[in-house]
Amino acid sequence: MKSFFKIGISVFTFLLAATNVQCVFAENRPAEKEGELNIREFIMEHLSDSYEWHVTNFGEHVVSVPLPVIVKGKDSGWQIFLSSAFYHGETSYRGFYIAKDGEYKGKIVEKDAGGKEVRPFDISITKTVFALILSSVLLICIILFVARWYKNSNQENAYKTPKGFVAFMELFIMNINDDVIKPCIGKDYKKYAPYLLTVFFFVFLNNIMGLIPVFPFGANVTGNIAVTSVLALCTFLAVNLFGSKEYWREIFWPDVPVWLKAPVPIMPVLEFVGIFTKPFALMIRLFANILAGHSITLGLTCLIFVTVKLGAVANTSMTITSVILSVFILLVEVLVIYIQAYVFTLLSAVFIGLSRVESPGR
Amino acid sequence: MSLLLPDTGLLFWMLLSFGIVFFILAKFGFPVITKMVDERNDYIEKSLQHAKEADEKLAAVKTESEAILAEARNAQQRMLEEVADLRKKLIEEAKQKAGIEADKVMETMRASIRREKEDAVHEIRSQVVSLSVEIAEKIIRKNLEPDAEQKELIDRLLNEVNTTGKN
Repeated sequence: MKSFFKIGISVFTFLLAATNVQCVFAENRPAEKEGELNIREFIMEHLSDSYEWHVTNFGEHVVSVPLPVIVKGKDSGWQIFLSSAFYHGETSYRGFYIAKDGEYKGKIVEKDAGGKEVRPFDISITKTVFALILSSVLLICIILFVARWYKNSNQENAYKTPKGFVAFMELFIMNINDDVIKPCIGKDYKKYAPYLLTVFFFVFLNNIMGLIPVFPFGANVTGNIAVTSVLALCTFLAVNLFGSKEYWREIFWPDVPVWLKAPVPIMPVLEFVGIFTKPFALMIRLFANILAGHSITLGLTCLIFVTVKLGAVANTSMTITSVILSVFILLVEVLVIYIQAYVFTLLSAVFIGLSRVESPGR
Repeated sequence: MSLLLPDTGLLFWMLLSFGIVFFILAKFGFPVITKMVDERNDYIEKSLQHAKEADEKLAAVKTESEAILAEARNAQQRMLEEVADLRKKLIEEAKQKAGIEADKVMETMRASIRREKEDAVHEIRSQVVSLSVEIAEKIIRKNLEPDAEQKELIDRLLNEVNTTGKN
């Protein structure tokens, strides 16, 4: 019955989210005016991916870091060049250009033989990819540094206790290991602990880096559905590839009255759908939380610019309000990014634990 | 809708980078750390256990040594008592032996004195006999012949005198 409710809630949430976003876009179109800041566009631009990393503007001069574009065109084959070739999306390069609107708005497109806009196979190092790779390298460095400390200092069973950063990381790692993974999975938690710890720290580090607003940070990585979907897919595989016999029996022949499963397999179907809703809920939860966090922060900052035309007094007071609210929301966000990483790990561990059930002595 | 549609390029890079991160960290990162920390916790637990056991052992040794000491003291006491007893007994025995010895010496001395007295009496008697015979001879030389009959008579008379003297 639990999974039945879950399905309902998941589907409802998803529909709600989808319609909301569509409404936003529908309203967006006619509101564009020359010389006026379009808040919606501004926020959406920050939340979605881009081919260059816009750092700041000095008056008319745009400061941005060009990133490599890697595309495979229909006829031209593999092409690698810097995104600065597009000059802020104004020109085309080797037949590729950034679509101004339409289905592929903001993406690199080319014209096919019939003159239609098509998407080439695009694995460019975009802003999100760059942030992703940066945080991955950082994570590997941090964890290997800590692991190396243990390897070096614990030779010949010296068993030293760490200090400083390593001690902090030990506290963090062992807290997740002992308080989340161990109780949720049970006896063979050691097999899954590396995966769950990797997920936790991957999400946590990406979240943290998304909060820092200056250049190599501040990208919306975990608030991107591609990222969360891969994480959810990994949990899906971890749950279902190593599921016990009892887990599959509970899905296809659950302990409910026979009429619920015999002629028409109502419960088995629901349980089977539940296999997919669990990781789906994981994916949406992380994505929506981080996306919402970024949106709120950006929105509060935009208060300052929106109120400029209301006069100096209103603008000053709104600026102060905006800063206070931003600080408050950022503090809340610090909490949220930890909680979201924690919840993702916790739920993954719970799902894995559920897939490891043993038959209760029948 | 663009936010809700995963981008192929990003999916590719995410799969790649997360795969690499997972592979490296699951092989060289987290298991090393958790294993070391677990080992260290085991070590600490074991050390505490050992310390406790050592404490218990030490306490046992202490009580044992005290018991040994007490026993030694008892043994010493007993030995001293025994020695004192033994000395007393030895002295007693020595005293007894000395007494017996002295008695024996006295006995033999008494015996020898008696014998010597008897010898002396004998000698005196024989001298008295011969003296009295000589005296009698001298007194009655004229009328009395010194023959055996007279000697026997005198001996008998002397015996009578002796027995009466003894009585």
